[in-house]
Amino acid sequence: MVTHESGGHHHPPSGFIRKYIFSLDHKVIGIQYYVLALFSVFVGMALSLLMRIHLVWPSAKMPFTPGGQMTPEQYLALLTMHGSIMVFMVLTTAPQSGFGNFILPIQIGAEDMAFPVLNMLSFWVTFLSLVVLISAFFVTGGAPISGWTAYPTLSALGQIAGPGQGAGQTLWVIGVAIFCIGALLGALNFITTTVDLRTKGMTLGRMPLTVWSWLITAILGLLAFGVLLAACLLLLLDRVAGTSFFIPGGLVVTDTPIVSHTGGSPLLWQHLFWFFGHPEVYIAILPGMGVTSHVLSTFSRKPVFGYKAMVGALSAIGFLGFCVWGHHMFISGMSPYSAFAFSLLTMTIGVPSAIKTFNWLGTLWGGKIRFTTAMMFGLGFVSLFVTGGLSGLFLAQPSIDLYLHDTYFVVAHFHLIMGVASIFGIFAATYFWFPKMFGRMLNETIGKIHFWFTFIGVYTIFMPMHFLGLAGHPRRYADTTGVNFLAPLHSVHYFITIAAMITITAQLLFLFNFFYSMKAGQKAADNPWNATTLEWSIPSPPPFDNFAGHIPVVYRGPYEFSVPGATDDYIPQHVTPERVGKAH
Amino acid sequence: MRRKSGEQGSAAVAFTLATFLLIFTIVTVYLFVAKILWFPPAISQFGTQIDEQFHRTLIITGIVFVLAQLGLALAIFRSRERGQKVSFFEGNPAMEFLWTLATIIMFVGLGLYGEHAWAEARFQGAAPGALQLEVTGQQFAWNFRYAGPDGKFGATKPELVSASSGNPLGLDPRDATSKDDVVSPVAYVPAGQEVELLIRTQDVTHSFYVRELRLKQDAVPGMTIHMHFNATVPGQYELACAELCGLGHYRMRSFVNVVSPEEFDKWMRDQETALQQQ
Repeated sequence: MVTHESGGHHHPPSGFIRKYIFSLDHKVIGIQYYVLALFSVFVGMALSLLMRIHLVWPSAKMPFTPGGQMTPEQYLALLTMHGSIMVFMVLTTAPQSGFGNFILPIQIGAEDMAFPVLNMLSFWVTFLSLVVLISAFFVTGGAPISGWTAYPTLSALGQIAGPGQGAGQTLWVIGVAIFCIGALLGALNFITTTVDLRTKGMTLGRMPLTVWSWLITAILGLLAFGVLLAACLLLLLDRVAGTSFFIPGGLVVTDTPIVSHTGGSPLLWQHLFWFFGHPEVYIAILPGMGVTSHVLSTFSRKPVFGYKAMVGALSAIGFLGFCVWGHHMFISGMSPYSAFAFSLLTMTIGVPSAIKTFNWLGTLWGGKIRFTTAMMFGLGFVSLFVTGGLSGLFLAQPSIDLYLHDTYFVVAHFHLIMGVASIFGIFAATYFWFPKMFGRMLNETIGKIHFWFTFIGVYTIFMPMHFLGLAGHPRRYADTTGVNFLAPLHSVHYFITIAAMITITAQLLFLFNFFYSMKAGQKAADNPWNATTLEWSIPSPPPFDNFAGHIPVVYRGPYEFSVPGATDDYIPQHVTPERVGKAH
Repeated sequence: MRRKSGEQGSAAVAFTLATFLLIFTIVTVYLFVAKILWFPPAISQFGTQIDEQFHRTLIITGIVFVLAQLGLALAIFRSRERGQKVSFFEGNPAMEFLWTLATIIMFVGLGLYGEHAWAEARFQGAAPGALQLEVTGQQFAWNFRYAGPDGKFGATKPELVSASSGNPLGLDPRDATSKDDVVSPVAYVPAGQEVELLIRTQDVTHSFYVRELRLKQDAVPGMTIHMHFNATVPGQYELACAELCGLGHYRMRSFVNVVSPEEFDKWMRDQETALQQQ
């Protein structure tokens, strides 16, 4: 374990493999996670593009489909893998394991994470899980068709339940279980690092909101992924060892009685899965909230409005996140009385969410806004968070959920809040920290074009889905011709597909900007944004052990912008009281 | 006075962003008010209740949506960099408290209000004398069963299930109560009469969903789940599966026909019992 006492000056490893592949450096590991997420997000987007094309042009010839046209099971395989890859490999890894790994130790004044070897292991375990997950595409029967939620008995009965439910589903369960192990190791490391390795003066009340959000996310991860791991192991046993945790007796699949199972409960999986699954939403978005607060304050040149309330709201959302999993199960056959409690607790989450929104507006108000690309994605985050969050108030009510559950209204809701808002957090973080990570600036002009395509694009894709849902369109339909009442909705699907094609294509701008700027971008100064937290007190990119042996001491809060009486409009956290007002 | 180019750029971006948020808000509000795409009319008193709660929720979330998006637009435009001095403040506990209190009352109040409809649907059982209608999902079809004159559903056995030979539910011919059971791939129910659904599945989770009834309930392996409704408007209503159940999920549908009590009785008389059909 790295401690301050053992500190001093470390020597960086010299070999290529120790330096870039099996690195113990939190910064390299952070970038590894980021690249894994970047690869995954483009895979995930490609899958969604194929799905959108199939919904509008069902007879379109696709290169990988043997008969030329996509079959319903291929559509469902894309759907399952899209969800799984996006949730696990993108939304869980990039904001937390990617940026958290790179930035958190520096922001608290540490030389590395508490357990560097564990850190390396968690990345490689995550990598392994991605390989296992993607390999499901290439086995007999193809990838699973049970969605990222993998409800038994569809996911438990094996090949008989459908193509992809054989080897593909088994690989999926193993892949997700492996992911849980990586996530648990990571969570432990984040919590220990934040608790133990803060530098002198970095009290809890002086931690940047990003650090708070990573800490709370890690706590959520520690509590949630253990449950999913257990659930996956039970499902695996049902599939390969003949147990019946989730499979009741007396089932008949296509006239074939299932005689080998008895006594299980499919609802048990749903409880375990959503006990993980709901906190997972916050695992995806809390870091985005932290980054948004951070970026909004920096580019408004104003302190965060209500810092303590922001920390309180983050904690409240994290805590309540564990009390509401039942709102995914209002129509599952669970006791209707528990729905009553789950509903009210869910409505309560609206309160800390509203506090955050209010405080973001308060942070902007009276400030002096600089419209960097990072700032624009931060502002986009606020708008998306409001839009995506408010539709949750419909779904949180069991009576309204009787109509809207499992319709496109839900698809619109969770994509806006958990998918797109979180991705905007990731983009804000990328445009903000890229200079620190790679020592060069991202191109701001390309960045702004990318922002506009993405911001307008995601709204044109996902807003119409609310209306598909209101018209009663069930989700996860491979085809819109099987049910009569879907016929009039075809033009909406058409509109969404066109919007998706444009928006996804525009992401190539980002990819280009990312790799081009890494090589040829304008050289970044140590503190190009005139920001206050510790990562901006060191060179861009940072040296191997972050502070070159001179661990900083913190004298003030993280958001001292435009402090009356000070000469500059920002006072970094490491500036001593005597030096305020003098050049730094 | 000459301005720095950065400030001009900032004004243009602020204006564009604020304008976009304004247009987005107007379009969204218009689409929710114009109801170009909306739910079909409800055919039960319960459905109307749900629609009312939906509208209450729409009004409250609509107000918050407009205030938040326009507030954001205003903050962006008003606080753009134009050489002004930042007004330094780190919070406002009084406003924070008021805002928190307001959202608690709004959101939790709304949730409490909505529980009426839920309690009616799920805390109370079906009215006495309700027509018993069993719905069974299987990959990828629905079957409905009526208990017949004896009012009792006959026994079923997994090993007797054979959709291909006309016994999709596995009705046991040796059970006396099976003799008069009627099995049909579409449902007929009398208008204005309470119907109790017994929702089952043979294989994987499905979901019984009829839009006009504002009713959705998963059919869960190993469970029989009770729901009830009272449809008052005659017509043919489509039933679509709402829980991913396999490759044919998208085409797993049937119909619920709401007919006058006389027509219902006639339809019932015309049905062969399930065991005769074999």
